[in-house]
Amino acid sequence: MDYSDTYLRAILTESKTIAAVGVSTNSIRPSYFVTRYLSLKKYRVLPVNPVYEGQRLFGEEIYPSMAALPRDVQVDMVDIFRRSDQVVPVVEEAIAELLPRGLKSIWMQIGVINDEAAALAKAAGLKVVMDRCPKIEHQRLFGELRMGGFNTGIISSKL
Amino acid sequence: MTEFGFDTLQIHAGARPDPATGARQVPIYQTTAYVFRDADHAAALFNLQEVGYIYSRLTNPTVAALQERVATLEGGVGAVCCSSGHAAQIMALFPLMTPGDNVVVSTRLYGGSITQFSQTIKRFGWSATFVDFDDIDAVKAAADENTKAIFCESISNPGGYLTDIPAVAAVADGLGIPLIVDNTLASPYLCKPIEMGATLVVHSLTKYLTGNGTVTGGVVVDSGNFDWSASDKFPSLSQPEPAYHGLKFHETFGNLAFTFHGIAIGLRDLGMTLNPQAAHYTLMGIETLSLRMQRHVENAEKVAAWLEADPRVDYVTYAGLPSSPYAARKAAIYPKGAGALFTFAVKGGYEACVKLVDSVEIFSHVANLGDTRSLIIHSASTTHRQLTLEQQEAAGAGPSVVRLSIGIEDADDLIRDLDQALAAATA
Repeated sequence: MDYSDTYLRAILTESKTIAAVGVSTNSIRPSYFVTRYLSLKKYRVLPVNPVYEGQRLFGEEIYPSMAALPRDVQVDMVDIFRRSDQVVPVVEEAIAELLPRGLKSIWMQIGVINDEAAALAKAAGLKVVMDRCPKIEHQRLFGELRMGGFNTGIISSKL
Repeated sequence: MTEFGFDTLQIHAGARPDPATGARQVPIYQTTAYVFRDADHAAALFNLQEVGYIYSRLTNPTVAALQERVATLEGGVGAVCCSSGHAAQIMALFPLMTPGDNVVVSTRLYGGSITQFSQTIKRFGWSATFVDFDDIDAVKAAADENTKAIFCESISNPGGYLTDIPAVAAVADGLGIPLIVDNTLASPYLCKPIEMGATLVVHSLTKYLTGNGTVTGGVVVDSGNFDWSASDKFPSLSQPEPAYHGLKFHETFGNLAFTFHGIAIGLRDLGMTLNPQAAHYTLMGIETLSLRMQRHVENAEKVAAWLEADPRVDYVTYAGLPSSPYAARKAAIYPKGAGALFTFAVKGGYEACVKLVDSVEIFSHVANLGDTRSLIIHSASTTHRQLTLEQQEAAGAGPSVVRLSIGIEDADDLIRDLDQALAAATA
């Protein structure tokens, strides 16, 4: 799973609204970290997790399922915080519920890998990323990791 | 990602134009603190949810450029700079060790490192077991359930001995512990330990990376390849961190965990920070690293060959000589050269060594190495003085040898200087 910087940058640039499936309200969990970061970076993050239904996170209501998301909102990307073996039904629901409303990509977090789910998403015309973190990629591609001394892989003489 | 060559990376990695001013050379950000955009921004930085600048003990734009450059040249995911090579060794061990833990260490190390490992780390409740790293079975046998790392130098000080990094890395792998390689004497131009299986690389930036004897500094590079959560051996990285409300570094930061820990815990609480002025000198030095290393090696090969053929010299330890017992290892693992640091024994022993050091005119008698200038020192009475005779011999720093750090002057001038000094020493 090697994704070009151009591919990852395109997903992170074209996405405005992200459904975060399996997000936790516990502030030390990675899913909270990632979604809080994305909301700070002006993405609209719609939390999806039946366990926390009705609570609020980063100013948004937490929805029990993707089917329950408000009908008038276009969701561009689904970010999956679930175990690899539980990803197929998530992708099936995303395709059924969100593809008609403009869904463009499926993102699976670090450690989340499911080839069957990836194939389903690709067949539906979606971009797919597995085993990556959108927070880390955003930080790397848009200059933030540079501030911490990480290897961003970016060599450029442009501002 | 586009693959760039070493010469391009040593100039460009980490050094995009300054985002604030467009300055083409990396500016020296001589500031202690940084203004937060708002309270939310400050909170996110303090919670490690965003990467940014808070206070220069932790991060600084000039230092960050250097960190990214060294991380890139070594093929790691991130790096943390610190105030010296010795600080880097503590910074590398700190996230791995708890009281009662030990590290398996090569007998062939810089004398100061032998003292740091054999004496000073005891104050933290840590210990070191010293082993001849040419005996791979002994390395394996020296480890026990409290061993948290294996440590060696790629090219070792003072004898220029070459470590079989792939073999040692395989032992570390089998034990489920990281291999830490001090790559100071090789620099990433001659040796890339991460490609051979090392988890962490440390450097004294003071030496070849800066290259001109102007600053002291160190760096720890993380490969990002070690699974800190695979066992319960590394709780600082895999278990909840009380100082960050129970956050687990490895789970939260993935393969960037060690570097985040180095900034957020190591620099925050040990405070061995590199200053931006020093980082700037090192950045300028690294721009010419490959060119200098080529000349260092070329000169070392010429000087070592001349010394080996001289009847006043007993033996020369340089691994780049065809006669060296390490010639095969050099060809396989260090094909670009065996560095530029080695010892030679003068017939006449200790007295002749001392007289030789006093008689040189171009070589400088200093306790440093990796300078553009050629340097000379009698290790047994200086850099390895705190050691026992047995430790000195094991390290290759016995009383009858002189250590040379070959610079990038004209090799013929260096040979002429040694010739006249040998004449004076053996008269």
